[in-house]
Amino acid sequence: MKIDCRQISKRFQTKNGIIHALSNISFKTNEQEFLCILGPSGCGKTTLLRIIAGILQPTEGKVIYEGVKDNNKPATALVFQEHGVFPWINVIDNVCFGLETQKISRKDRYGMAMPLIEKMHLAGFTKNYPHQLSSGMKQRVGLARAFVSGAEILLMDEPFASLDAQMRVILQEELLNIQREYRKSVIYITHDIEEAITLADRIILMTARPGQIKQEINVNLSRPRNVNGEHASEFISMRNEIWRQIKEEVDKTTAPLS
Amino acid sequence: MTGMLKKLKEVKRETWISVLAAAFLLGMWEAAVDLNWVNSAFIVSPSTIVTATVRLGRSGNLGEHVYTTLIRMILGFLAGSIPGLIIGLAMGWSKTLRAILDPVVSVVYPLPKIALLPLIMLVVGIGESPIILLIALGAFFPVLINCIAGVNSIAPIYFDVAQNYGASRFKTFTRVILPGSLPVALAGFRLALGISLLLTVVAELTIATKGIGAMLWLSWQTLRVERIYVAIAVIAALGLILNWLLGIVSRRIVPWRESQ
Repeated sequence: MKIDCRQISKRFQTKNGIIHALSNISFKTNEQEFLCILGPSGCGKTTLLRIIAGILQPTEGKVIYEGVKDNNKPATALVFQEHGVFPWINVIDNVCFGLETQKISRKDRYGMAMPLIEKMHLAGFTKNYPHQLSSGMKQRVGLARAFVSGAEILLMDEPFASLDAQMRVILQEELLNIQREYRKSVIYITHDIEEAITLADRIILMTARPGQIKQEINVNLSRPRNVNGEHASEFISMRNEIWRQIKEEVDKTTAPLS
Repeated sequence: MTGMLKKLKEVKRETWISVLAAAFLLGMWEAAVDLNWVNSAFIVSPSTIVTATVRLGRSGNLGEHVYTTLIRMILGFLAGSIPGLIIGLAMGWSKTLRAILDPVVSVVYPLPKIALLPLIMLVVGIGESPIILLIALGAFFPVLINCIAGVNSIAPIYFDVAQNYGASRFKTFTRVILPGSLPVALAGFRLALGISLLLTVVAELTIATKGIGAMLWLSWQTLRVERIYVAIAVIAALGLILNWLLGIVSRRIVPWRESQ
């Protein structure tokens, strides 16, 4: 399944006037692609993701879900920054939430979820409530829920932003592994340049508000990627180039009014 | 035995202080009466209250009064809090329903419900029904208000999750609205329980011939001082026990709270 965004614009009416959040965004995902949307804070990344998820309606343009195979399954599944897992539901039922809404029996959904629960080191915690887990484990629950739901395209809004550096690296690796294994596409929002280069097949770089696409970057480095790896110099030069472009955008918003 | 000792050692310092302070106050009260620092015709000592309670419980009709009071109170509490829960959650969920019912709620909520007793009796007659209806009215509003607040306290992100995963309205209710509002709603139940006891006793003081409040009033009219104290002690104990039971129920149905 592919997502085709066609000339999406979004304006919000607020007390202080109209906020132009997104302007004329068009792109299309490929099958099983890991796509990162990278941009300065306040550029409308989250708004874009919510529009793709169908929670928000665009002011102009439309989102087309191409090649939907099964109408019972959700087209997309969101993974939120934090607090996305229900605090009042235990781990296993949180993970199975997307199956529960499809009216799959409890026995079947537990059966479908268990392999991933084991893979994500959650097997010993199925009956625990989220407040008994570390933030890394909580985010594993959020990831597992999205992967189990049957959605072909997973939408992630800075899911690892609140984790410590070690946990983030571990979860990035786990995410790449299960994405390959479960053959899903991911649209991943981040403001972290290194994270985008580490994860993405393709990076869409956004401008400051109103958010537009500034540039598309294909990341063709072999994995695993990091600043110490095989392709350290390419990694670093890519990071510096992206940083220069983002700096341009940040400067626009902080420049004194003339 | 060693197990018990170990358990005693685990009791917190503050708990010991509380127990000691309570024991000290009771001791002072007992001494004040026994040593005639106060007039023992009006002030009865704790030990006398306990023995009188036991005596009345064995021989008199104290048990019958307590039973009558409890039945009235529980019926009224349930008759008020269950509709309060349902309508409150619905009002929290639906802005339209809230807009329709808000004016009525705003007017009736601050009204002291006991002021409605004559009107209620006028409409439904005398007997048990006006008492239970009064208690129900009193229990209804705190539950209603807290359920509305409970639904509004749910972070919007959980509604987004439900919507994104295609949850039906029914699933959204059972998986998000009901459990999400429960911690705040339960505070409303606790308030409602207190108000139920209050209104039960007030109604019994006013119009009943049975029940612990009626016994209290009769004891005052016939100046049986011991019985006045017994009635007050029993009412206090009822309040304590019911609150404690509600606490246990709350912990059972809200097992995800962090404060455990």
